[in-house]
Amino acid sequence: MHSKIQIIIFIFVHKKKTFKVNHFYMKILVCISHVPDTTSKINFTDNDTKFDTNGVQYVINPNDEFGLTRAMWFKEKQGASVDVVNVGGPETEPTLRKALAIGADSAIRVNTPATDGYAVAKQLAKVVNDGGYDLVIAGRESIDYNGNMVPGMLAAMIDANFVTNCISLEVDGTSAKATREIDGGKETVSTSLPLVIGGQKGLVEESDLRIPNMRGIMMARKKPLSVVEPTETNAETNVVSFEKPAPKGAVKLVDADNIDELVSLLHNEAKVI
Amino acid sequence: MKKLKVMSILVYTESENGKLKKAALEVVSYAKAVADQMGTSVTAVAVNADNAETLGNYGASKVLLVKDESIQAFNAKKYAAILESAAKNEGAKVVVVSASANSKYLAPLLAVGLGAGYVSNVVAAPSSVSPFTVKHSTFTNKAFANTEITTDVKIVGLSNNSFGLVESDGSASVEDFSPSVPESGVTVESVDKATDKVSIADAEIVVSGGRGLKGPENWGMVEELAEVLGAATACSKPVSDLGWRPHSEHVGQTGKPVASNLYIAIGISGAIQHLAGINSSKVKVVINTDPEAPFFKAADYGVVGDAFEVVPKLIEKLKAFKAANA
Ligand SMILES: Cc1cc2nc3c(=O)[nH]c(=O)nc-3n(C[C@H](O)[C@H](O)[C@H](O)COP(=O)(O)OP(=O)(O)OC[C@H]3O[C@@H](n4cnc5c(N)ncnc54)[C@H](O)[C@@H]3O)c2cc1C
Ligand SMILES: Nc1ncnc2c1ncn2[C@@H]1O[C@H](COP(=O)(O)O)[C@@H](O)[C@H]1O
Repeated sequence: MHSKIQIIIFIFVHKKKTFKVNHFYMKILVCISHVPDTTSKINFTDNDTKFDTNGVQYVINPNDEFGLTRAMWFKEKQGASVDVVNVGGPETEPTLRKALAIGADSAIRVNTPATDGYAVAKQLAKVVNDGGYDLVIAGRESIDYNGNMVPGMLAAMIDANFVTNCISLEVDGTSAKATREIDGGKETVSTSLPLVIGGQKGLVEESDLRIPNMRGIMMARKKPLSVVEPTETNAETNVVSFEKPAPKGAVKLVDADNIDELVSLLHNEAKVI
Repeated sequence: MKKLKVMSILVYTESENGKLKKAALEVVSYAKAVADQMGTSVTAVAVNADNAETLGNYGASKVLLVKDESIQAFNAKKYAAILESAAKNEGAKVVVVSASANSKYLAPLLAVGLGAGYVSNVVAAPSSVSPFTVKHSTFTNKAFANTEITTDVKIVGLSNNSFGLVESDGSASVEDFSPSVPESGVTVESVDKATDKVSIADAEIVVSGGRGLKGPENWGMVEELAEVLGAATACSKPVSDLGWRPHSEHVGQTGKPVASNLYIAIGISGAIQHLAGINSSKVKVVINTDPEAPFFKAADYGVVGDAFEVVPKLIEKLKAFKAANA
């Protein structure tokens, strides 16, 4: 990941000028998780061992969509290339095409099922090392697996800096400033490239998200989507079975004129106050 | 005779300004349950915590206490390195962390460092320790998975409020621990945190408002209700998108998860994306004018009524209740 940065530093050092490197042409990789649409009903088949994909619509993981949109901002305002990557089977290609239609330059699919967070991170680490990316934008978590682990594992594997729960990111030369959400507040950190972030809403606002237009969709068809074969890795975890939460009992209604009863139920029955 | 290395269960206990967090006591309680299943003991790791010996009351038999002013601010890489050396020294086979933002930040780094398989959002003690199998929420609380961790060392990330505090009659010895801490390329510049407010992650009660409250000027009663209950305040996504409340209060599938004991939803319809994020709260109360609002199907208690009448009444009744039970 360092090569380009070093070359640029080399050039500036040898010009013996003391101006600041503002923006160099960043190579950005956005990790895209292909997940069931948020309205999907979740069901299982094969004796509750497999997710039932019947009738499920897939989308770009919402946290990744915020990250992709921020990457587009870097591309348009500071000069950067934006590649997207997914680790998964051929069924994820429409999701990658959507990312291309939003504006990414090219897509990579690592042709292997996403067995667990570790195995995915391992595949991504190879893509990052091979591609020499300066900035990797992943999501805080995927809304299907909810692991909160892929970006951190990836960062540790490639020895890059790592900030998660990112709600803002600025890059200036090879320095970066990020804000991340912590429990009960936020903190601002300074760091540098190469960097991996786990992003979420705030990186850009909801209203900044882009719905691909016709032109984008047409262009996306011509953009490169390369399929690469996986490196060998083993998953470290393995789902034995799924279950759904126990069905809920009926709601107890309390009359709006009898709020005393609500207080008493919360105290005596639910024992939460 | 060769002394066998004790393979204890290691647990990371978080503190803030020296004070151990409630989640720290919960992870120790959990670690004790795992230790009992595996026939071993619990070693806690604490950084700059006061009264670390109190962890003994929840089942720790040893505390490795790191006292180091230079790491007063949390740093994921440094803290992961501390836990990694502790785990290696203790020969730990299982490491337990919480679901706090900081624990979720360091756990994947620790997992790579230890070559350990990691499962987050775990909601119960292992159903089996060999193979090591844990139940965790997935699909943003729409389902659970039972997952086996197949590596030699395992990391469990416990969901808040899922196990509870279990007191134990043991006691803990506190040992100074000073492992070497690596440099980190991430430096905290500033922290912006309301110290007088309960955070959504730590809160036992969360009071949440939706678009039914009409505008930001009407949040006074939500805050007052939260104050009476010692609760954190939250909101639905459109409320934060409209800028009525800060983004940090947005809960749901694309916002913060809520796993409180009590969740009170005021003027929130109960869309599937909202419910997904708050479903692991134990008791849910809805206040909504529309009896057909989907939230009534997900709630335990409901009031069909106008929030502007019901909430002030609820505040008044709760104040009276508190006065009577003080
Ligand atoms: C990809 C995606 C992700 C999403 N993620 C989230 C998420 O993480 N979190 C989230 O919350 N939403 C999320 N949403 C949005 C979600 O679908 C709903 O639009 C949203 O939850 C509705 O918010 P609300 O209940 O506040 O508003 P509304 O749906 O407008 O409901 C307002 C409610 O207030 C009631 N009401 C009106 N007046 C009063 C009164 N005086 N007193 C009492 N009640 C009153 C009404 O009967 C109504 O039920 C997501 C949507 C998408 C597409
Ligand atoms: N199969 C995958 N392919 C590419 N990126 C992924 C994949 N799974 C997870 N990620 C990335 O890692 C983030 C966190 O995922 P998780 O650790 O599963 O919660 C996601 O938001 C994505 O950016």
